[in-house]
Amino acid sequence: MNRFAKSWMSAALCLAIGTAMLFGLPSVMDDYTLIQVTIYAVMSILGVSLGFIWGFGGILCFGQAAFFGLGSYTYAIAVMNMGDSTVPFVLAILVPALFAAVIGYVIFYGRLSDVYMGVITLTVTLILFNLINSTAGPEWRIGSAPLGGFNGIPGIPTLNVPGRPDDVLSPKDLFDVTVVCLLVVYLGLRVLISSKIGRVIIAAKENEQRVLLLGYDARAYKLFCFTLGGAIAGLAGCLFANWGAFTSPTIFGLAQSAQIIIWVIVGGLGTLVGPIVGCALIQWLTTAIGTQQTFNSNLVLGAILLLFVLLVPRGIVPSLGSAGEWLFRKLRRPAAAVSPVASTAVLPPTEQAT
Amino acid sequence: MTPLIETRNLNVRFGGVHATRDVNFTLAEAELRCVIGPNGAGKSTFFKLLTGQVKPTSGQILFRGKDISNMQPHEPGRLGIGIKTQVPSLFNGLSVWENVWLSARRTNSTEQADRITRETLERVGMLALRDATAGLLAHGMRQWVEIGVVIAADPPLILLDEPAAGMSDAEVARTAELILEINRRHALVVVEHDMNFIRMIAKKVTVLHQGAVIMEDSPDRIMRDPLIQQIYLGKKPH
Amino acid sequence: MDLAVIVVIQVLYAVASLVIISAGLAVIFGMMKVINLAHGEFMMLGAYSVIGAIKLGINLWVAMLLVAPVAVGLIGVVLERLIIRRLYGRMVDTMLATWGLSLLLVGVVTSIAGNTTAGVSAPLGSFSVGAYSVSGYTLVIIAVAVVLALAIRWVLLRTPWGLIARGTMQKPDMANALGISPSRVYSVTFAVGAALSGLAGGLLAPLTGVVPTMGAAFVAKAFITVIGGGPAILAGLVGASALFGAINQLATFVTTPVFGEVALLVAAIVMLRLLPQGITGRFFKGSL
Repeated sequence: MNRFAKSWMSAALCLAIGTAMLFGLPSVMDDYTLIQVTIYAVMSILGVSLGFIWGFGGILCFGQAAFFGLGSYTYAIAVMNMGDSTVPFVLAILVPALFAAVIGYVIFYGRLSDVYMGVITLTVTLILFNLINSTAGPEWRIGSAPLGGFNGIPGIPTLNVPGRPDDVLSPKDLFDVTVVCLLVVYLGLRVLISSKIGRVIIAAKENEQRVLLLGYDARAYKLFCFTLGGAIAGLAGCLFANWGAFTSPTIFGLAQSAQIIIWVIVGGLGTLVGPIVGCALIQWLTTAIGTQQTFNSNLVLGAILLLFVLLVPRGIVPSLGSAGEWLFRKLRRPAAAVSPVASTAVLPPTEQAT
Repeated sequence: MTPLIETRNLNVRFGGVHATRDVNFTLAEAELRCVIGPNGAGKSTFFKLLTGQVKPTSGQILFRGKDISNMQPHEPGRLGIGIKTQVPSLFNGLSVWENVWLSARRTNSTEQADRITRETLERVGMLALRDATAGLLAHGMRQWVEIGVVIAADPPLILLDEPAAGMSDAEVARTAELILEINRRHALVVVEHDMNFIRMIAKKVTVLHQGAVIMEDSPDRIMRDPLIQQIYLGKKPH
Repeated sequence: MDLAVIVVIQVLYAVASLVIISAGLAVIFGMMKVINLAHGEFMMLGAYSVIGAIKLGINLWVAMLLVAPVAVGLIGVVLERLIIRRLYGRMVDTMLATWGLSLLLVGVVTSIAGNTTAGVSAPLGSFSVGAYSVSGYTLVIIAVAVVLALAIRWVLLRTPWGLIARGTMQKPDMANALGISPSRVYSVTFAVGAALSGLAGGLLAPLTGVVPTMGAAFVAKAFITVIGGGPAILAGLVGASALFGAINQLATFVTTPVFGEVALLVAAIVMLRLLPQGITGRFFKGSL
C-alpha cells in the first residue's frame, strides 16, 4: 500500500502544485493560452468526479456526461432567465445532484448489479441526448431561454460577481475561479476520503457484504457518493458553459462519456490526481490530432483505451507511483527490513488517495 | 428474562430444499452455545437467517423480544448481531487496523474508535500486524482479524461460523481461550465440526440435522448418543 | 380496421427489428457473459460490407444475407483472438476494451470511407392496406426475425454444435473433459455472434443511412433488450423484444418517434428495477 499516496503529504504536494499554477500561470501566459488551460481545468473537475465515484466508490457510471450536460444546460437556462448568475451557479450543481440522487436511488436501493449501473447510466444519457437534440424549434424554450435542439444554446452570459450582474468575469478571472474550484474539489474529496463516510464508501467497494454486516447501510453511502459525483460534474458543466459561452446536446453523447472514462483509465483509477493527468494528456492529444489529417481522433482514442485496458490497466499515476516506490526500495535496499507480509505486488491495486 | 435471541417455528425453503425446519432456538444473554451438524444440516443457513441475509419462509426471529424476521441486510449489525462468516469476509485490500477500525467507528467517535481498535487488536493478538494488508495474511490470522472486527462493535450476540477451521492445534487452543474470554460479556453461537474444540468451550450443544434441531444437550451426552453417532459416523444404534 | 392491421404490422416490425438487432449480442452475452460494446460497430461493418458488395456488383440479397454475416464473422474471429480472449472473466475490462474497440472501428472506417452517408435503397416497394401504405421490406424484416429465432432454436437444440455450446456455457471444465477446447467454443461463439450482428447491419442498411457512427443508435437498445431478456438466450431475446418493441411502437403512435425511444428506455429501467434478473430470470426459467 502506497503510504505516501495516502498521507497528508501527497495532498499538500498536489495543493502546492495547484496553487503555484493558479498564481504562476497567468503571469507567464497570455489570455489565449490561459483560456486553453482553463478548459483542461474544467474537464479535470469532470474527470475527478468520475474518478471519485469509480475509483473510490466502485461505481462505474457510463453516463457521467449526463450530469455534466445537465449542469451546463441548467446554468444556461437559469442565467438567461435570471440575469444575475449566483442562483444559476448553485442550481447548476443542485439539479444534476438531484438527478443523480434519483437514478442512484433506483439503482442502489433496487440492488441492481454493476453491469446494470453501466447500462442504465448509458441509457439515461442517451435519453437526454435524444430529448434535447429534438428541441430545435422556437417553441422549445424555458422562460426566455431557447433550448435550441441540436444547435445548442449560444451566447450564454458569463458568471458575474454575486449581486453585480454587470461585473462579469474576464478570461483570467474565469481561469482563477476554475482552478480554485478544482483545488477545492480535490481538497474536499481528500478530506472526505479520510473521514468515516469516505472510509465506509471505500470499504463498501471492497466488500459490500461485510459493510452491511457491520451495520452500515451501504446503499445510503453509495447514494451519497454518486450524488456528490453528480454535483461535481454539474459544477464542471456550469464552468464549461461559461468557458465557451455555449452548450449543445453533444455534451450528452456517448463520445463525451467515453472520453471521461478514458481520462480516468489512462490517468489511473483509484487516485484523484490520475483523472486530472489523464484529462490533460488526452485533451492535449485530441487537440494535436485535430490539427492533422492522417489519424482520426476516434481511432486514436479507441486505440489508447484498448491499449491501456490490455497493457497498462492501472493507468499512469499509479504505475509511476509504483515505479517510484520500486526505485526507492532499490536505493534503500541494504537498510530496509522486509516484513513477513510485505509484498504488495500480489494484490490488485486499491485506492491511493493522491 | 427475555432471551437474547429466540426463533419460533422458523422455516426456510429454497426451491425444493427445506433448509430450515421448524427450528425453535433460544439463547440467553451471555450464553455460549455450539451448533453442530453434518454438511447440509442448515447451520450456515441458520446464521444467514439471524443476520438477515436470508428471509424466513415462515416463523419468527426475536431479538430481545423484538421481531427481526424481515430486516434489511444492514439492520442486524445495527441491532447488535455480529458474525464471523464461514469464509472470512474482510476488507482484503485494507490493513488489519482499518478493518477493525471501521467496525469500531460506527458507534464511536474517532478517538474512541482508535482506542477500541488498539485494545481489540491486543485481545486477538494481532496488534503487531496492524498495518499488514488483510488479504495477504495466513488463514488463521484472517480468522482472528475477523473475530476482532466483530467484537470491536461490541455486539451482545456474536455468531462464529467455524472459527477454528484450518488452524493448527496451538491456534485452535488460542481461539478457544479467546472465545471464552469474549463470552464473559457477550453471547456466542459457534458452529463447529471439531468436537475437541467444542468440548473446550461449550456447556450446551445444539445438533442440527436436515434443517431441524434433533438434540440439545451437553457435549458429552451428545457424543454418547447413538442417534448422533449414527448420523456422524454411520454406526448403527444397538 | 385498416388502421388495426397497420398497427399490428408496425408493432411486429418493431419487435422484429429488436430481435434482429439484439440477436448477436444475445449470443455473445448469453453464452460467454461478455459485454461487447462494439456490437453497434459490428452492425456498421455489416452495413458497409453490403455497400461494398453492391459496388462489386453482387446482388443485394446475397450481400445482406451472406456477405455481411460472413465478413463480420471473420472479423469477429480475429478480434476474439487478439483482444477478447485476454479478458475473459473480467467483465468491466471487457466492457472498456470493447468500447475502445468500437471507437477504433469507427475511426478506421471513417478514415477509409469518409463521413458522408452512403445509402442503399430498400427493395420491394410498398403496397397498400386501405388508406395506408406499407413497405414490403417491413414484412421481410418480420419474416427474417422469425426465421432467425427458429434457426437459433434449431441450432441450439438439434445440432451437436448447439449442445456443445450450451454445455460449455454451463461448465467450461466439462467441455475440456470431453476433449473439446473451451477456447475454440468461445471463438466460434463470438464469431457467430459477430456474424449475426453483421447480418443485422446488412439488413438495416436500406433503412438507415450508412455512416461510420450508425452503430451508436443500436448499441443501447440491443443492450437493454439482452439484459432485460435475462439468462435464457432465445426466450429472453424474444420476450424482451416483444415487450420493448411493443412499448416503443405504441408510444411512437401516440406521440413522436423521439418519445417512442424514450418510452422504450424508461420501460427498460422500470423493468430492471422490478425484475433485476431480466424477464427469464423470473418467468420461463430454464428455457432455452
